[in-house]
Amino acid sequence: MDARSAPPRAARLAIPILSGLLGCLLWLNPGPGRAEEPPLDSDMHFRIVADLAPTDRASDSTADHTKFKELQGPFQSGPEVTQACLACHTEAGKHFIKSLHWTWEFIHPQTGQKLGKKTLINTFCTNARGNEGMCAQCHAGYGWKDDNFDFTDQTKIDCLVCHDRTGTYYKTPNSPGNQSCSVMFEGKAPIAWERVAQSVGLPGRENCGACHFYGGGGDGVKHGDLDSSLKRPARALDVHMDIDGLNFACTKCHVSNRHLVTGSRYDVKAHDLGGTGKPGERRDVATCESCHGAQPHHATSVTGIKLNDHVNRIACQTCHIPTIARGGVATMVDWDWRTAGKTKDGMGYKEKNYTQGNGEHVATYKSIKGSFAYDENFAPHYGWFDGQMHYTTIDTVFDPAAGAVAINAYQGAADDPGSRIWPFKRMHTIQPYDKGNNTLVYMHLWGEDDDAFWGTYDFGRAIAAGMAQYGIPYSGEYGFVETESFWPITHMVAPKEDAVACVSCHQQDSRIQEIDGVYVPGRDRGGWLDTLGLAAVGLTLLGVLLHALLRLFGRKKGAHA
Amino acid sequence: MSTRTVMVYRRFERLWHWTQMSCILVLLFTGFAIRGLHRLIDFDTAVTWHTGAALVLLGVWLFAVFWLFTTGEWRHYLPTTQGLGKVIRYYAYGIFQGESHPYHKALLRKHNPLQAIAYGVLKLVLFPAIWVSGIVYLLYGLWQGLALGTGWLGGVAFIHVAAAYAILAFVIIHVYLLTTGHSLREHLMPMVTGWDQVDLMPEEEAYLLKDEPGRIR
Repeated sequence: MDARSAPPRAARLAIPILSGLLGCLLWLNPGPGRAEEPPLDSDMHFRIVADLAPTDRASDSTADHTKFKELQGPFQSGPEVTQACLACHTEAGKHFIKSLHWTWEFIHPQTGQKLGKKTLINTFCTNARGNEGMCAQCHAGYGWKDDNFDFTDQTKIDCLVCHDRTGTYYKTPNSPGNQSCSVMFEGKAPIAWERVAQSVGLPGRENCGACHFYGGGGDGVKHGDLDSSLKRPARALDVHMDIDGLNFACTKCHVSNRHLVTGSRYDVKAHDLGGTGKPGERRDVATCESCHGAQPHHATSVTGIKLNDHVNRIACQTCHIPTIARGGVATMVDWDWRTAGKTKDGMGYKEKNYTQGNGEHVATYKSIKGSFAYDENFAPHYGWFDGQMHYTTIDTVFDPAAGAVAINAYQGAADDPGSRIWPFKRMHTIQPYDKGNNTLVYMHLWGEDDDAFWGTYDFGRAIAAGMAQYGIPYSGEYGFVETESFWPITHMVAPKEDAVACVSCHQQDSRIQEIDGVYVPGRDRGGWLDTLGLAAVGLTLLGVLLHALLRLFGRKKGAHA
Repeated sequence: MSTRTVMVYRRFERLWHWTQMSCILVLLFTGFAIRGLHRLIDFDTAVTWHTGAALVLLGVWLFAVFWLFTTGEWRHYLPTTQGLGKVIRYYAYGIFQGESHPYHKALLRKHNPLQAIAYGVLKLVLFPAIWVSGIVYLLYGLWQGLALGTGWLGGVAFIHVAAAYAILAFVIIHVYLLTTGHSLREHLMPMVTGWDQVDLMPEEEAYLLKDEPGRIR
């Protein structure tokens, strides 16, 4: 794990590939060789996993893979292991290459939009496209670094990233990248391919988490409800994944069929009316209702009956996930790309001015990315959601003066029976765009060339190169535009006693203050009815009081009959 | 004509009255909590008690309506203008001069004309408004699918809350008027014991003495 030990790649690292004048000056400087300690936090690790031990995942498998002669090796590489896997699991490869984990492409059945990491722009590192050398570390395959990757070659499937049960398997970028990022992956113990291959089993939380906990460029950065605290969560953090309780693996809910995993956020089932289904029926969704039914509260109390009335309009997550990022890992809520590119002595650097709940200091500035703000243990944003998102893609023209551009605008309305009130993490970003064409841009961040932003720190060149690579029109002039993105919240389900109290919404200062189209008792008082009503009651009291005073006055003055 | 002590509020009526009073107090307190006017109890506790008290009251009302119509007691609430002017004049003027109440209870008219009109409005307008809107509200789960994104629930709540304010105003005046006699006790006790002073026609007196001796002292 120590990035500063001397690995075999030290020779390459000894030559700092810095560009521009500063780079040249450094080149002449006698001292920048790798013998010298890098300045503090110049490394650009986004994922430091200290806890390597796998989580406990009870297996009911009828096969012990350590006894298989096909897995005795020797293996020199991942693809060799994959070939051994596919020799027995003859259909797995055919199935897997259709999955989102492999294609990174999703044509939305309703909107027809082409989604998936292969093409989308997000509000974090903005685009994987063109930066696969780095980003495709989280592709479940081997060697995707540019457009030459063969998506039909099943031997390039990475079975181990999901099925390794030793905890020792890891992935590195598929291309070396620039010097400013190259200190990330030194010092790792070589993978013991035979041991890893023989360990395979159903994925534990750390397998899925190796990518999904670190989306957006770091632990907990992207989602707010997915971070490394879910590897071994206490009951209060997640009642289902509780290590001392149910200890669910991700796949307990995200059931799969032929390696197609349910529960993608590209097509959310926002209102599942199917419930649990009949006995023996296969669950084909990752919804709460698929286990808990469509009337999940005990109908033995008024509260239970009323709560069952609520499920029609309110997603389970809205009440049962009271706050997000509450495992001690903060989530990013604000990213400003404008400040990216500052250097100290010609070197990129980090500032770690945020201390998150678990005591770790996280970066509030990175030369390669800009400035960040975090939040943790906070109430999410709420909105009507029918499961559909509308994405601002590379070819969407927007009006930069019309407020924050929603990278993924969620769809839903109070009058739509398919919509419910859902929680989201809202991410706010200021990111580069094409000022002439009013579109988003692809940035060339990762590469060994002088155009890569992570090395050259030049937006103009990085954007021009990123756009040119895919033949996308670029006006040549970039600016910065405010964007926002919305991440449906569904993990970190609290125990029922910690669910959001009724009054959190049913009060003047309501959690769902912005939700329209529905009468919320307690929130929607006020207006002339209550003014008039209270005035009438007040005047009645006043009248009665006056009447009483007059009687008292009269009685003193006159004789009582 | 003679004034006798007669059982005017029989056991069921007294039970009805005090159950209704308790329920209405609970309903007002919890209802205003639900509306968001105070936070002296939890929202879910308020909803639970509000629903429970409402169901008890609806049950009591079912019995009361049945009782009113089978016994003919409903005639006490028929509006009349006879003597109305005198009663209004009394509350607006005479009471301050120390005059006596111009109305005397009769066997078939145990309420004064103003009372009869007030209770009639309460029973025919305010109570139906609040229980009809309340039941519709309570059964929201059954019709919410037809009213998505509409203001219907808000409208139901509007009627319900408006009626609640009116009932609260009634309660204030109702309780205040208890103090307008010789003593609070004089107005309160008939609803506790059932006995009150009633002007009886000789025929009524003879009837009671002969056929319902337990109702007359």
